[in-house]
Amino acid sequence: MHLVRPRDLDGVLDALAAHPGATLLAGGTDLMVEVNLQHRRPETVICLRRVEELRTFEPGFIGAGVTWARLEHGPIPALAELARTVGSPQIRAAGTLGGNLGTASPAGDGLTFLAAVDAHVVLASTTGRRTLPWSAFLVGPKRHARRDDEVILGVEVPDAAAWPQAFAKVGVRQAMVIAIVNCCVVRPADDDVRVAMGAVGPTVLRVPDAEAAVVGDPTPSAERLARFETLVRDGIAPITDHRATEAYRRHAAGVLARRTLERCLPG
Amino acid sequence: MIVSLTVNGEPRTAEVAGFESLLWVLRERLDLRGAKDACLQGECGSCSVVLDGDLVCSCLVLAADAEGAEVTTVEGLGDATSPHPVQSAFVAHGAAQCGYCTPGLVVALAHLRENRPDASPDDVREALAGNLCRCTGYGAILRAAAEVLGRGDPGAGPVGDPDGTRSQGDGEVTP
Amino acid sequence: MSDVSVRRPEVADGVGTSVLRPDGIPKVTGTFEFLGDQHAAGMLWGATRRAEVAHARLRHVDVTPALAMAGVHAVLTLDDVPGHRYQGQKTTDEPVLAEEEIRRCGEAIAVVAADDPETARRAAQAIVVELEELEPLTDLEEALARGELFRHVRVRRGDPDARGEVVVEDTYAIATQDPAALGTEAGLAVPDGNGGLDLWGPTQWTHVDLPQLAACLALDPTQVRVHPARLGGAFGSREDLSMQTHLGMLALRTGRPVKMVYDRTESFVGHVKRHGALMHYRHEADRDGRLVRVEARLLLDSGPYELTSAAVVANSTYFALGPYRCERVEVDGYALKTNNPLSGAMRGFGANQPCFAAETQMDRLAAALGVDPLELRLRNAIGPGDHLATTGQRIEHPLPVAEVIRSVAAIPLPDPLPGPDVDPRRLPGGTGRTSPPGALVRGVGYAVGLKNLQFSEGFDDDAEARVELTPDGAVVHTAAIEVGQGLVTIVAQIARSTLGMSGVEVAFDHTGQIGSAGSTSASRQTQMAGGAVLRAAQAVRAAALERAGGDDLDDAGVWRDGQLVASLADLLADGPLDERVCFKHRPTDVPDADGQGDLHVDFCVAAHRAVVDVDPELGLVRVVEVAIAQDVGRVLNPLQLHGQIEGGIAQGLGHAIMEEVLVERGIIRNASFTDYLLPTCLDAPEVEAVLVEEPSPWGPYGAKGMAELPTMSATPAVVAAIRAATGQPLTRAPVRPEDIVRGAPA
Repeated sequence: MHLVRPRDLDGVLDALAAHPGATLLAGGTDLMVEVNLQHRRPETVICLRRVEELRTFEPGFIGAGVTWARLEHGPIPALAELARTVGSPQIRAAGTLGGNLGTASPAGDGLTFLAAVDAHVVLASTTGRRTLPWSAFLVGPKRHARRDDEVILGVEVPDAAAWPQAFAKVGVRQAMVIAIVNCCVVRPADDDVRVAMGAVGPTVLRVPDAEAAVVGDPTPSAERLARFETLVRDGIAPITDHRATEAYRRHAAGVLARRTLERCLPG
Repeated sequence: MIVSLTVNGEPRTAEVAGFESLLWVLRERLDLRGAKDACLQGECGSCSVVLDGDLVCSCLVLAADAEGAEVTTVEGLGDATSPHPVQSAFVAHGAAQCGYCTPGLVVALAHLRENRPDASPDDVREALAGNLCRCTGYGAILRAAAEVLGRGDPGAGPVGDPDGTRSQGDGEVTP
Repeated sequence: MSDVSVRRPEVADGVGTSVLRPDGIPKVTGTFEFLGDQHAAGMLWGATRRAEVAHARLRHVDVTPALAMAGVHAVLTLDDVPGHRYQGQKTTDEPVLAEEEIRRCGEAIAVVAADDPETARRAAQAIVVELEELEPLTDLEEALARGELFRHVRVRRGDPDARGEVVVEDTYAIATQDPAALGTEAGLAVPDGNGGLDLWGPTQWTHVDLPQLAACLALDPTQVRVHPARLGGAFGSREDLSMQTHLGMLALRTGRPVKMVYDRTESFVGHVKRHGALMHYRHEADRDGRLVRVEARLLLDSGPYELTSAAVVANSTYFALGPYRCERVEVDGYALKTNNPLSGAMRGFGANQPCFAAETQMDRLAAALGVDPLELRLRNAIGPGDHLATTGQRIEHPLPVAEVIRSVAAIPLPDPLPGPDVDPRRLPGGTGRTSPPGALVRGVGYAVGLKNLQFSEGFDDDAEARVELTPDGAVVHTAAIEVGQGLVTIVAQIARSTLGMSGVEVAFDHTGQIGSAGSTSASRQTQMAGGAVLRAAQAVRAAALERAGGDDLDDAGVWRDGQLVASLADLLADGPLDERVCFKHRPTDVPDADGQGDLHVDFCVAAHRAVVDVDPELGLVRVVEVAIAQDVGRVLNPLQLHGQIEGGIAQGLGHAIMEEVLVERGIIRNASFTDYLLPTCLDAPEVEAVLVEEPSPWGPYGAKGMAELPTMSATPAVVAAIRAATGQPLTRAPVRPEDIVRGAPA
């Protein structure tokens, strides 16, 4: 196994140019599980831990190498809430937001926030940078649009810290669970509500019909909230797997989205 | 390849294969078998060590990527002649039964005590949620934590005081 | 006190005190050498090639690609087994390595020894295996219909015509539970240079491993020394052989020490589980709530090999009712042979599954009668002088059934439902922030568990122990396995109180050094290994007093009329003081055709009360508190006893709301800690315990075994509490969110 430990972004890009398709290692919380248990033996690994440029965390931009632990104690409430549910403290100290994008699991907790705020994924290679909307980056379960010679630099996000927002996640344990359903709701303005649902489709997804039902109404009635819940339930594409049935996921998604929205409403 | 790192304050070098985890290298190359290998996927915490100040699962750290790092393992916290307060509290409260999860829990609790000495009982539970224990049901562990953090844990229940448990029946204790 | 001539009034660290574990410091400092930490000079590493389907015909195995790899020293298949090709502690029906028919997913096909684990693993994968997949038998009813069973246990007792007016009847299911000891299977075999070997492997009873290993390895039993294992937990999962024979084969073939460690995924197929079960029950009572008739049909999923299933299903059958009187009992228990994962012993040994169904039946009967569920239990509770409703055995010894029920009910309830400002970590869903306090309903549920102590049905085992005086104190020798439960402390305490000496150490001997202590299971070692130690210590003390003509013994030596007459060194100058005792409990009967007889040595009982907060809309549960009142005989070590209670409750809680081995076509779908969820620190409930002490007439210092009960009725109590909160029938454990939500208004 060939290992590259670049000290800066240029080093990463050069290594990727020299070894397109190389495996990228950040926190190791996904890759090392495959190495340990599925005995994956990548030919070339590029270690990202030392690359300062990936660790930028500022209004408008979050570097791919920012750990869950930093997000958990950061200024963006929903991001902090979701980061707190990622694995254990040990996982949060190592795992990164970029890892969620690179793994592209439909259940990735961080992806719900990125979808809710319409984040753009910034990719870099020796030939330059490009920016993709989250929905163009995440193309399917465990599939994304990163090219073999690119590294995920980070995500461009709106300065969302002050928006009403919340995250919630269903699992059958009080901590350390992979989501059966997860949900992020943000309200950039009274006339703008965004709902992102995870683990209920091939990728994280937004529910535009449900959003439309509550836009412009900061104090929705019980009927309207019930309508919202129904539209979420009908606007997702869950499957049955070993963690839950399709029917439960659909039901729980509706309830979770309604409750999460309620936490974003005034009063 | 050769990896150099500082383990428990001492510079160490090890010859490692590319895919080997820090856990493997600690256990098999550096003869430090305190950290355990109960799941190898970051779900149990039995391999917990402190790496450059962070509590991590050493099974998920690529050893080669730990070049230059500072690592503290359970062996670095104390020994039989001068145990760390967390180690003493674990023994005193019966927090180690089979003991397999214990090294990871000791490292996790010592890290918490170092970094968040004001942790509330709920904070302690959350901080230790990544360390599975199959024997104790966690009560004794939480009582050990309460002792080293200098507070009682109302969530741990009165079993914490075995002598305070109500026992019924009387009569001579005879063989 | 420095003046050794002053007699201390009481021995330090004897029975009744919270003596700390002597292995505590090594465990907390990381120096305790578990099985997987052992190394030997020149050691090779073993790996296993396993079947990935549950049922198949093995067409062809080609090991040449593996043998050709550099660093590979041996690749062995069934044909390489030197002796008997089958193992098993009762019936030897499990092939050491796969024969033509593969009967379970994970069945070992070949084993490899190589210079390092990576090479061993790659070599195992390089073996070419040709399989013809066959349809697996996975359905219990179908297995019964096809007569695929290891044992049918039948109980008929009382007046066949007895009928009750009030009837409740239903079918219950409980999923397979994984013991999930934190330490995975690991072991080491070291050739002794004379054709024999020393073996360290995951075990709970070295002397039952020995004859199996000797037979399979074609060695005389004196050529194999099975060493006590330093285990990372057991809970029953180490009662059957896993890697031991493979290690022995590889070590004998290569002439070098061989080590093996299963990773968590392999561990899931590498040890036995708690049987999943399907149970049909019909309870009939009269209008006064007196149980008149109980019919039960219990189907236990054993997997393809017998192991301990014949004894497990006997326990299920004999404890099918719980601790209640009943005029007519008809129970049929079946241990069924399937292609599902292997099941065997786990904490409670077959008594847990029917406890879930029967205690649910009691609650439903109470509802049908309109009486309080605890009152119904009290009206039917058995006690000394009564007969067990299934086997007819008269209860001779203390069995405080009514007392544990009344005691658990008397424990004050925890604080009411949390208010709006509660920390989310105390709500269902925890840090996932799913459930506002206003969405919650609280429920309280009870369950009672009855179980045997020791083995039963004429399996009258014994335990040997040796106590030896040395100039520095006494040494207790035993082959009993310390799995973390604290036997090391208990036998030392018994020896101290009996000898009158505080200086007591425990030596765990291998099979060549001492006779069997029996299994560390069946809640038996405190009474069995402890009973043997007690008697050996009594003999040593008597011999010491006689030799020196004294009237008392302590750490200084022998005393007469308050004067020290012989130091320990003086005593030993005339030869060793060393007593070996084999302790047997009273004999038990073999059941007759109706399952009747004095089949059990003794019994124990506990009652649980669970308090839960449920979010009915999402089906999420947080267990707030579990209270227990338990019959313990006498408490020998309060600290350890509470550790067993809390740990047992956590396992029972796990089986109630999250622990389930998911199996599809015989293949485990969740063979990892990502998807087989164990309770975390945040899931642990508060525990309240009341210990009911009615000394056992035969246990050392009145003690009874106690470590299984905390798990047993915890599961039904938690489910009963969820049922009380939601009104859902919940006839299946573990309860899944969809079971709670189903039928609820969406």
